[in-house]
Amino acid sequence: MTFLTYLISGLALGSVYAIIALGYTMVYGIAKMLNFAHGDIIMVGGYAAFFAFNKFGLSPVVSILASILVCTLLGVIIERLAYKPLRQASSLSVLITAIGVSYFLQNGSQLIFGSDTKIFPAMLMEGSLKLFDGRLMISYLTLFTIFTCVVIMTVLTLFINKTKIGKAMRACAEDKGAAQLMGINVDTTISITFAIGSGLAAVAAILLCSTYPSLSPTLGSMPGIKAFTAAVFGGIGSIPGALLGGLLLGIIENLTKAYISTQLSDAIVFTVLIIVLLIKPTGLLGKKENVKV
Amino acid sequence: MKKLLVVLLSILCVLSLAGCSNGGGNDGGNSGDDAPAADETVYVKLGGSGPLSGDAKVYGEAVRNAAQIAVDEINASDSHIKFEFNMADDEADGEKAVSAYSTLFDWGMQVSLFTVTSGSGAAVASYYDEDGIFAITPSGSATALVYTDEKNFPSNFQMCFTDPNQGVAAADYIAQGFADKAIAVIYKNDDVYSAGVYEKFNAEAAEKGLNLVYTGSFTNDSSTDFSTQLTAAKDAGADLVFLPIYYQPASIILKQAKDMDYAPTFFGVDGMDGILTLEGFDKSLAEGLYLITPFASDADDELTKNFVASYESRFGETPNQFAADAYDCVYAIHQALENIGYKAGYATNGLNEDLAKQFTTMTFNGLTGQNMTWAENGEVSKAPKAVIIENSVYVSVDQ
Amino acid sequence: MKGIMNTLFGKKNRSRTISFSLVILVYIVIEILMHAIRMPRLFTSLLVPVCCYIIVALALNLVVGFSGELSLGHAGFMAIGAFTAVAVSGLSASAVPNGMLRLFLSVVAGCIVSGLFGLLISVPVLKLSGDYLAIVTLAFGQIIKSLINNMFLGFDKNGLHFSFVTNEVSLENGKMLLSGPMGATDTAKISNFTTGIILILITLFIIYSLINSKYGRTIMAARDNRIAAESIGVDISRTKTLAFVISAALAGMAGALYALNYSTLQPSKFDFNTSILILVYVVFGGLGNINGTIISTTLLYVLPEMLRSLQDYRMLIYAVVLIVVMQLTNSSRIRRFADRITDLFRKKGEE
Repeated sequence: MTFLTYLISGLALGSVYAIIALGYTMVYGIAKMLNFAHGDIIMVGGYAAFFAFNKFGLSPVVSILASILVCTLLGVIIERLAYKPLRQASSLSVLITAIGVSYFLQNGSQLIFGSDTKIFPAMLMEGSLKLFDGRLMISYLTLFTIFTCVVIMTVLTLFINKTKIGKAMRACAEDKGAAQLMGINVDTTISITFAIGSGLAAVAAILLCSTYPSLSPTLGSMPGIKAFTAAVFGGIGSIPGALLGGLLLGIIENLTKAYISTQLSDAIVFTVLIIVLLIKPTGLLGKKENVKV
Repeated sequence: MKKLLVVLLSILCVLSLAGCSNGGGNDGGNSGDDAPAADETVYVKLGGSGPLSGDAKVYGEAVRNAAQIAVDEINASDSHIKFEFNMADDEADGEKAVSAYSTLFDWGMQVSLFTVTSGSGAAVASYYDEDGIFAITPSGSATALVYTDEKNFPSNFQMCFTDPNQGVAAADYIAQGFADKAIAVIYKNDDVYSAGVYEKFNAEAAEKGLNLVYTGSFTNDSSTDFSTQLTAAKDAGADLVFLPIYYQPASIILKQAKDMDYAPTFFGVDGMDGILTLEGFDKSLAEGLYLITPFASDADDELTKNFVASYESRFGETPNQFAADAYDCVYAIHQALENIGYKAGYATNGLNEDLAKQFTTMTFNGLTGQNMTWAENGEVSKAPKAVIIENSVYVSVDQ
Repeated sequence: MKGIMNTLFGKKNRSRTISFSLVILVYIVIEILMHAIRMPRLFTSLLVPVCCYIIVALALNLVVGFSGELSLGHAGFMAIGAFTAVAVSGLSASAVPNGMLRLFLSVVAGCIVSGLFGLLISVPVLKLSGDYLAIVTLAFGQIIKSLINNMFLGFDKNGLHFSFVTNEVSLENGKMLLSGPMGATDTAKISNFTTGIILILITLFIIYSLINSKYGRTIMAARDNRIAAESIGVDISRTKTLAFVISAALAGMAGALYALNYSTLQPSKFDFNTSILILVYVVFGGLGNINGTIISTTLLYVLPEMLRSLQDYRMLIYAVVLIVVMQLTNSSRIRRFADRITDLFRKKGEE
C-alpha cells in the first residue's frame, strides 16, 4: 500500500513535469530551439493567475483565462522581439538569447512582484479520493492534472495531424525552406507555435502552483530543467514522448527518494537517464533520423 | 572577427553607460564628505554584503532594509556618531562575496555587517581578519565565519545563534519536552545552514537517546515535492517532525502533510520565522508549530512595535528575524563605537581590536534578546526562545 | 627573416601569435601597474577568477566550437578539478610547504582526475549527438555536484577518513578536507595571477597544437560534414574522444586554480547556472574563435562588477545586454556596416 502511495505521488509530480515538457517539446519540434525561458513563462503565468484571483477577485475560470492570455501574449512578444530576428542565426545564439530572456523575466519579476514567496490560492479543487478505508489517498488535483495532460496531448496530436495550421507546422519542422516554397508562411507558423506553447505554459503554471503552492520569481527554473530533461528522455519533439518522459521521471524520482536515498536522489535519477539514453540514443519515443548525404 | 568587433563595440557602449551612472549617483548618503557637518559629528562607513539578486534575494533585502532603518534612525538622532551605509550584492556566492568585499574595501569601509549568508561569509572571513575590519553578521550562522579549526578571527562576530548551538538547543528542548516521541527529520542537504543544524542535532539526539525513526532530505533541485518524505515519516510512525529549514519549503511541507491527513508535531528553528507573514498562507496550517526563534514580530515591547511599524510602513512587509538581527547589529556597533569614545580623528588602525574588546565586555539589549553578550570566539550568547504558534501568534513556552 | 615572419604572421598562425602576445602583453601591463601604483582591491581580486574562467571557456570552446557538440556540464569537470586540488593541497600541506610547488601538484592532480572523468563521459559522447548529448552532460554535472555534496573526507595522524551521505568522520586533531554541503573550508589561498597566466598560455599552446595538427583537422572535418569525413576514412570517434578528454582536463585545471584562490568552496557553486555562464562566454566570443573567447570572458565577467552602481537593476541590465548583443551580432544590417568598415581599413592598407 505504501508503494502505491509513493507511486501516486510520483505520478502527481510526473504529470506536472509532463505538462511543462509538452510546451518544451512542441516549440522544439517546430522551431528547433531550446526555449530556456519556458520555465520563466510558467512563473509569469503563476503570478498572473495569483493576481487575477487574489487581488482582483476574479473567478477561478476567469483567472485561468487571464493567465493564459498573459502568457500567450508574452510568448508572442518574446518571439517577435528576441527570437524572430535570429531565424538565420546559429542555434547557440538563439539559446543564449533564451537564457537572456530567462534572466530578464526572473530579475524583472523580482523587481515587480518582490522576492519573497507567495502562497498560491487553492483555486482549482481540494480534497482527495480515499480508497481502502483511507489507507490510499489520491488527491483530485493529481487526477485532474493527469487528465488535463492526456487531453492536451490528444488535442495537440489531432491539431498537428488534422488541421491546416498543424500540417504547416509539420512542414516547417521537416524543412523550412521547402515549406516556404510551398506557400507556407513560416514566420506566422512559428509565431503560432510559440503562442500555443506559451498558452500551455499558463495551464502548466496553474497546475504546478496548485499542486505545490509556492510562488517565487525563480520558481520556473528547476521544473523547467526537469521538464527539459523529461522531454529529452521521452524523445524530444515527440508529443506522447513528453508525457511518458514526464511521468516516468516523476515516478523514478519519488521511488528513488522512497527506497534508496533522499540525499542521493538527484544523482540516481540522472544516472538512470544517462543509462536509458545509452540504450536508446534518441529517447524513449524519439525517431531515429537518417541523415541523407 | 567582424562579429567580435560588434560584440566589443556594444559591450563598450554599455560599460561606458554604466561608467557614467557610476559617476552620477553614489550608494550611501555621502553627506559625510561634501556637507561640512557640525564639528563633533563623525561619519563611520558601514559596509555589508548579501544576496540582492537571485534565489536568496529575500534574505539580503530584509537585512538591507532593516539596517537602513537603523542607520536612518541613528543619523536622525542627536548621537555624534553617524553612519554611511553601503550594501553590496554577493548573490549568496563565495566568489561574488570576495568581489563585493573588495568593492566595499575600495569604498573605505570601516565597520561591516559582514555577509547575510553563511557560504559567502566563510569566503570573506579571513579577508576581514587580515585587513583588520570589524564585522558582525546578522544571519551568517556557520561557525566558519568567526573561527575555524585552526584559528580564531578575533574581530568577527555573530548576532544570530550558530548552527551547532541551534542544533543542540533543539535536541535538548525536544529531549525535555517530547522525550517519548518518535522523531523524523527533513532537512535541506545542499544548504550549509540546514545541513549544519541537522548534523549537530543528530549528534546531540544520539547522546540524549532520542528516538529518531526517519531522516529525509531534499536539495535546491527537488524542493517542490515533499510527499515522499512525509509518507516515509508517517510510515515510520514519527509523531514529531523536526524541520531545520527555511519557512518557504516548510509551508509546502505543512500543506502536503495536511492533505495526507498526517498531523505530527512540527518543530522548526529560527529559519521557520516568517511563515506567518507569507502572503496568502493559510495560517491554520501552522497551528501548534514549535519553533526556536530569537524574534517575534508580534511581541508587544516598545522596541519591537516601533521597528515593525516603521518596517511595514516603509517596505510594505512584516520583518522577519533576518531583519531584526540586522537592526540589532547596527545598534550594537553604534553602542560599541560610543563606548570606546569614537570621534573624528580616531586611529583607524586598531579600531577593530577596540571594538572587539568592547563587544566581549559589553551587554546589549535589542530586538532579538536582552542582556546579550559575546564570547571571545565571536559567538553570541542569548537565550534561545521556544515558541508555539497558537491562534496565529507566537506564544512562548517555558519548561 | 621571411620564414620567421611567415611562422608568426602567416595566415595560419596569425591568430596564435595574436593570442600569445595579447596574453603576455596584458600580463606585463598589469604587473607594471600593480607595482607602480596601488590598484583598487576589486581589480586585483578579479584577476585569478578571470584567468580560471578564460581557461574553462577555452576548454569548452574546444568541444562546442571545434567539435560542434553542446556540453551543458563543464562546471562538473571544474568541480572535480577543484575538489581534487583542495584535497591534494590539504594533504600535502606539511610535506610540501612551498606554496608554488603545492599549487603545481594540485593543479596537475585536478587536471588528471578530471581528464579521467572526461574519458568516462566520452563513452556517451561517441554514441549520442546534439541535444541528447547536451542532456547527458547536464546530467553528469548534476550527478557530480550531488556526489560531492555527500562526501566527507578528513585526515589526522591515523590517516585518511572517508564517509558518504552521513558524516561519520571523527578526527583526532585532524583537518576536514571535504565536509559535505559545506564543501572545502580553511583552504590555503595559494593561487596567484602569474600562475593563472602561465596556465592560460599552456591552455593556448595545447589548443593551438591540437587544432593545427592532423587530429584538429579531422575534428573540424567531422564537425563540418560528418558523413563526408567518415566516407574518406577519417576516424571520428578517436578524435572526438581526444577533444573531449582534453577539454575536461583543462576545465579541471581551471577548477583547481579556482578552488585554491578561495578559503572556502561549496559544491553548489558548480551548478547548472555556472555551466550556462561558461557557455555564454563561449558563444559571445564566437564559436571556434580563441581570441574572441578570451576577450568576451574578460568583458562579461567584469560587466556585472561595473554595473554595481545600478543596484537592483544590475542583473536586469546584464540580461538585456545578453539579448541585445545577440541581436546585434546576428543582424544583417549591422554586419554590412562592419563589413564596410573593415573594407575601408583594408583598402587603406593596400594603398
